[in-house]
Amino acid sequence: MINRRRRKVLKSGGSAALLGVFAAAGWVGPAEAQSQWNKTAFDSHGLPETMKALGAGDPTPSKDVVFFQTPEIAENGAVVPIGITSNLPKTESIAILIEKNPNILAAVFDLPAGTEATVSTRVKMAQSSNIHALVKADGRYYVATKEVKVTLGGCGG
Amino acid sequence: MSDPMKIRASVVGDVTEVKVLMSHEMETGQRKDAQGQTVPAWFIQNVVVSHNGKTVLAAQWGTAVSKNPFLSFKFKGGAKGDKVSISWTDNRGDKRTDEAVIA
Repeated sequence: MINRRRRKVLKSGGSAALLGVFAAAGWVGPAEAQSQWNKTAFDSHGLPETMKALGAGDPTPSKDVVFFQTPEIAENGAVVPIGITSNLPKTESIAILIEKNPNILAAVFDLPAGTEATVSTRVKMAQSSNIHALVKADGRYYVATKEVKVTLGGCGG
Repeated sequence: MSDPMKIRASVVGDVTEVKVLMSHEMETGQRKDAQGQTVPAWFIQNVVVSHNGKTVLAAQWGTAVSKNPFLSFKFKGGAKGDKVSISWTDNRGDKRTDEAVIA
């Protein structure tokens, strides 16, 4: 009897340890890890690769995703205001992707129910680039794109 | 140590608008110093805004967010006198939390 219980404890202890190894290898609980900080997405370089890391695959272009306060021409690439509004129902998150930055993904905003689907912030841009606003709404991905030109060094060229 | 955030929260109708200015270097890890050494990345990774203990915004940031980050957004359900709490965590594990009262 005692022996059998000991077997059981050993067994479950063993599987718990194994689970720990899986978690460390990133196989278990990716959702939990992502809610912390999506390292894969922030570290990726190509646009398709970044979209994939965000789980977006091939997002649908949408006119319901709108930029505001975003300049056509930014004089200072270190401080570029970006505002994004989604008019799509059940918008869950908004991400800002800057195509020609060393790391494309700039920010992801998760919007719980009750929070309006509009955010604005300021980002750095290495050079003139397309900016993609990736919106997740009702489990599907949508995108809007705007080109922002950066005039570095204040020479106005 | 980091300076306090500047937070402004105001309610119009049933919508509360929150504007935050944080104080952080947001170093990209791309820049080199005068000696040609790469300055290591140092940036805010997570921002959580809560109202009455409920999360109203959770953000993940990369190095592309500007120095001394600005953030603004709107949520429903806030009332005058309620508290809005904002916390950030950076890639070195530093944290800061500040509160503001909705006006």
